[in-house]
Amino acid sequence: MMGKTRKLRILLAKPGLDGHDVGAKIVARSLIDAGFEVRYTGLRQSPEDIVIAARDFEADVIALSILSGSHLPICTRLKVLIDEYQLSDRLWIAGGNIPAEDHQSLHQIGVDAVFNTSTSLSDIVAAIKEKASEYAN
Amino acid sequence: MNTRTEKDEDRRFNESGIEIKPLYTEAEVAASKVENGEDDDIGAPGQYPFTRGIHREMYRKRPWTMRQYTGFGNAEDTNERFKYLIATGNTGLNVAFDLPTQCGFDSDDEMAKGEVGRVGMAIDTLKDMEIAFDGIDIQNVTVSLTINGTAAIMIAMYLVMAEKRGFDLKGLRGTCQNDILKEFVGRGTWIYPVEPSVRLVADTIEYCAQNAPLYSPVSVCGYHIRESGATPSEEIAHAFCIAKAYLDEGLKRGLEIDAFAYRMSFNFNIFGQFFEQICKFRAGRRLWARILKKQYGAKNAKSMWLRMIAGGGGSGLTIEQPENNIVRGAYYALISALSGAQTIALCCYDEAYTIPSPKAQRLSLRTMQILIEEMGLTDTVDPLAGSYYVETLTNQLETEIIRIMDDVEKRGGIIKLISNGEIQAHVSKGAYEHQKQLESGEFRKVGVNCHEIEEEDQVVEMHPYKIEDVEKQEARLKKVKQQRDPAVIGKALENLGKAANGTENIMPFLIEAVKAYATVGEMNQVLTSVFGRYREPDIFKEHANVAAE
Repeated sequence: MMGKTRKLRILLAKPGLDGHDVGAKIVARSLIDAGFEVRYTGLRQSPEDIVIAARDFEADVIALSILSGSHLPICTRLKVLIDEYQLSDRLWIAGGNIPAEDHQSLHQIGVDAVFNTSTSLSDIVAAIKEKASEYAN
Repeated sequence: MNTRTEKDEDRRFNESGIEIKPLYTEAEVAASKVENGEDDDIGAPGQYPFTRGIHREMYRKRPWTMRQYTGFGNAEDTNERFKYLIATGNTGLNVAFDLPTQCGFDSDDEMAKGEVGRVGMAIDTLKDMEIAFDGIDIQNVTVSLTINGTAAIMIAMYLVMAEKRGFDLKGLRGTCQNDILKEFVGRGTWIYPVEPSVRLVADTIEYCAQNAPLYSPVSVCGYHIRESGATPSEEIAHAFCIAKAYLDEGLKRGLEIDAFAYRMSFNFNIFGQFFEQICKFRAGRRLWARILKKQYGAKNAKSMWLRMIAGGGGSGLTIEQPENNIVRGAYYALISALSGAQTIALCCYDEAYTIPSPKAQRLSLRTMQILIEEMGLTDTVDPLAGSYYVETLTNQLETEIIRIMDDVEKRGGIIKLISNGEIQAHVSKGAYEHQKQLESGEFRKVGVNCHEIEEEDQVVEMHPYKIEDVEKQEARLKKVKQQRDPAVIGKALENLGKAANGTENIMPFLIEAVKAYATVGEMNQVLTSVFGRYREPDIFKEHANVAAE
């Protein structure tokens, strides 16, 4: 999926109505500093908005930030569209206020990695690099 | 201690960037005196410039109002929790709304899927508002509505509900957050572009000044700007710039400053360093009084009062070792009590995980009650006054807040800087720098980067999200819609659209629509069709360009 000549592209999206974007903006800056090309969608994105943005940006990674507790319904709806838009070969990650007991359910839906609010920036960057290289192989 | 020689690595700074010396004396107090201040900057409580508090007797006469933040599921669930909070000793209510209500969607809207009743109570029509406050004496247990994007609609609903219950609007007390400018910086429940958003705030200010003169239509929030990454002095400075923008809107409507400034209230954060927080409030109180008196020519002392809720502290809490949050909460409450806050809403230790459990809510309440009943915090006014350190830091923070406010003014004013995203970019950079300091260990956080332990399994009890509450809410919405007269609704919404298109105050038209049981979504749709929707400025654009090179 990733061309060798360009930077890894990450679409960072805020799905649903959740307005807590402090973490998303911190992560965006951190990913930019780590050398990724990042597009931040801003708040209040519908699942349709997100897949369209991911397709148009040719994102290698679709990253979601969710702190409202709506991660399961949102990811369930998004999964259908990710398949429909043939984006299932992209790395899909989610972070935010996500209880440990829901991590497994998210993996089952198709989310590749889940981070919580205390995950360090360096761990997020490392995980994306590692997962992305798995995908590339 | 001060026996060491001052090497660079020994120098210490607070979050506002002010250097903390190992010892303070009269000399530091004198040297830090604020430019253009009064002869006596400390003064007496209840007297200008109000450094020591806005009332002469402060908590001696009446302790701070205890107003825990709550709301979830539907109106019945929340009404039950309100009654529990009142029974355990809360003296005010602080209402959390779900995201669809805050963003203007009905519970049956596609955009509301998965969000109904999740982070607050769902309100679709006046019917829900009536149920939420059923059986509650809203004049004695005053209600604060934490809502912004749809604040004008919620104020209309609240006033109609109160009037139907027989309360006289002329004497009705209560508060709405209704600070839309800060929503563009943090919290993010904006709907319309900046200009019509500010017009709606001005409409509520004007309407309340004329019809519900004791109701506080706006509570300006430094709180969320701080949560978004601002320093304590930036928190106050930006909030004051925003508050001045609202005052200016009121003046443009032809209101006299003393006819409405006295209902302006504030909401500030309480996490951070102990003395910096306390002095932030003392400095802010004095500066606000000076601004109102000197810049706005206010004559009524009440217009100069910085009436505030000191609250939350959520960003100070940690996922790690959540019980430590109980201790942090106790210090935050102590900060508020030593700061002369009118109202305190204390965070709960499980908040980094979930909507607080009743037990966690009670614990936060008991934390405040222990200060009142056992610790003697209400016995005397502003007990820290006269401390060399406290007075020096109060002076220094006031000077720093003035510097930031002047800078905002020079760069074009707060509305411009929020519209173009400069404030958002600055604040979010602050949050990023803070996060890096946290990860490098430069900024110490117990349980996070020092004194860590192997965490046990989650110790907090998660708030249940009940799907049947959502179904109940959707069913009620359907029923209310069926019982309405379509002609009356149609007319009310048409009139609302006309008012939005014109320059008239929109409140009477919202009230007409609310009385006809128009839904939040319907009213919002009308307003959106006239005002349009806000689009966030891309604050990472500079980086995108760099990346493209």
